[in-house]
Amino acid sequence: MSYEIPRENIAAEPFMAGPPDFNRKSRLMQTDKVYECMITNIVELTDMEKLFHLKIMDPGESRLFTFRPGQFLMLELPGFGEIPISISGSSAIRERIGLCIRKAGKVTNMLHKARIGTKVGVRGPFGTHFPLERMVGHNILLIAGGLGLAPLRAPIYWVNEHRSEYADVAIMYGTKRPKDILFDYQFDMWGKIYNYDIHLIVEEPDENWKGRVGLITELFNEVDIDPHRTYAIVCGPPVMFKFVCNHLNQVGIPMDRMFVTLERRMHCGMGKCCRCMVGSTFTCVDGPVMDYWTVMNLKEAI
Amino acid sequence: MLYKTISKANFKVFINEVIAGNVTIAPKMTDKDSEGNPVYQFQQVYAFDEIALNYTKTYSSLKNFFLPFKESLSTFQFDKNEWKQKIEYSIHPRVIVGVRACDINGLLKLDNVLMKGKYPSPYYVARRTNTFLIGLDHEPMADCFCQSLNSDEALHGFDLFLTDIGDKYFMQINSSKAFNLFKNVQINDIETEDEEKYIAEKKRIASLFKTRVAITGLSNLMDIEFESDVWKKWGDKCLSCGTCAMVCPTCYCFTVTESIDVSLKFALKEKVLYSCNLVDFAEVAGGHNFRPEPATRLKYRFYHQHRGFVESYDEPKCVGCNRCGIACPAGINPIDVIHDLRMEDVK
Repeated sequence: MSYEIPRENIAAEPFMAGPPDFNRKSRLMQTDKVYECMITNIVELTDMEKLFHLKIMDPGESRLFTFRPGQFLMLELPGFGEIPISISGSSAIRERIGLCIRKAGKVTNMLHKARIGTKVGVRGPFGTHFPLERMVGHNILLIAGGLGLAPLRAPIYWVNEHRSEYADVAIMYGTKRPKDILFDYQFDMWGKIYNYDIHLIVEEPDENWKGRVGLITELFNEVDIDPHRTYAIVCGPPVMFKFVCNHLNQVGIPMDRMFVTLERRMHCGMGKCCRCMVGSTFTCVDGPVMDYWTVMNLKEAI
Repeated sequence: MLYKTISKANFKVFINEVIAGNVTIAPKMTDKDSEGNPVYQFQQVYAFDEIALNYTKTYSSLKNFFLPFKESLSTFQFDKNEWKQKIEYSIHPRVIVGVRACDINGLLKLDNVLMKGKYPSPYYVARRTNTFLIGLDHEPMADCFCQSLNSDEALHGFDLFLTDIGDKYFMQINSSKAFNLFKNVQINDIETEDEEKYIAEKKRIASLFKTRVAITGLSNLMDIEFESDVWKKWGDKCLSCGTCAMVCPTCYCFTVTESIDVSLKFALKEKVLYSCNLVDFAEVAGGHNFRPEPATRLKYRFYHQHRGFVESYDEPKCVGCNRCGIACPAGINPIDVIHDLRMEDVK
């Protein structure tokens, strides 16, 4: 048996896509200025979660705002506070920034009272993204637990829009109860139109639930994984992705082909406030998307 | 860098001129502690004689002139359903006299974080570029360990730096701003005798350090000893008050608070310096706290200083001033904690 070290193809990295801009010292000198946005639509997903559609009001700023799947932004509610929210929508649509937000704290409680037309602010996008260019030609395994589906929607939309570039795509999604399932209206569409292999599971079924019951790791019995051709994207509470990633590791997927996103408290998004520090690095700058090898080697990450 | 000398009499004239034209901040004796020792702080001065040039150590560091405890980031003006954000960075120029090398090195570390990289902080940049720094060499205190951290000498980051060589100062001029100020004050070229005196004085100061902290390999040790009982031992003493971060010359973490004015006409977004020892430092929405015990928070403070910061900027965040050790109401000081971590006998 020979050990072959895989070749790294740096041409696949997005930073090679455009000409280098050596003169630009920073993204914006006005790092603390928000883009003014209008809430254009509110979708009630569950009792606790709502999907907000935002539109950047200034056309110039709207053109400037581009993000990559996995990145987050700082959402400003003047007078109440600023919170980090991962973008849950298509990166191809400029007119609509999707944010799936759970009612959890001071700002989100206030935001859940907001109506269509309310003006909010955003800064960003910040952080790292899922390396979808690197995944071209491979199978993708998208695994989410609970609210973890929200950040996963961005890479899902990306794959939708570039479906022919990727091989088999499977979505595995687990929640506590059937009524906690987010975006239930989309699974049929993703399955039918984009030919995804979709698996759902709940821990505590109700009388109407006909699907699988148990923890998300049980879904691995249903899915065939080719470890040499598969990338995994895992989103959910740390306990869940620890179990999931350990399983994937046993199946044989290299740790640097599994990606997770971390959640931490943030006050700036720019590596200044230190609140999101894990081990020796910042979630906002070196994360929130990290490969599992990096996460494993960071103290306190999981 | 230009090297010159200035007589002490001329220096006094020079500083009085500077004070006359600018907001000038310098170490002043502000109080006496319970044992009768003087307490020094950086404060605005109005005459040369108010400056305590032979001060021991200011209780608070210089940091707060660059990272004020509370700072307005922006205001939001409300108008019916509309709001507009307003941001102001401007600051008046000021002069700070009598800064020690460790404090200048502390600022250089802050520069790395807040002036360089992808997202420079305009608030900090405005304050830093509008501050004229005059440094001054001094004898170390018994608890100073800046020599161990290579911050007992400032190589840049100041406008002027003085070393006492008897009846005059050996002067390093590091900016054209500083050079221009000497158009009307007499300064002299370096003579062999000045040079000898300067080298001798530097040697003398370097030989006076009594406290040493072994830094070699400390970054790795932070990883290896992550589960060590040492953290619990010191963490159990920690009161989680955050005093250490307040007096630290390089701690820069903060919290952002927003408040609506009682008139309901505007909201204020403010940045308040924080501390990683405070209980809700890493608490997320929903109530989960990533570092619930004082011991993990204390450990994190050291881990950032000697591991995280080293990974980012190739040097520890600590400058070795021991201000945190002096200020800590629970008697935790970095010298003992690091000695303990290295399993060396605590003195």
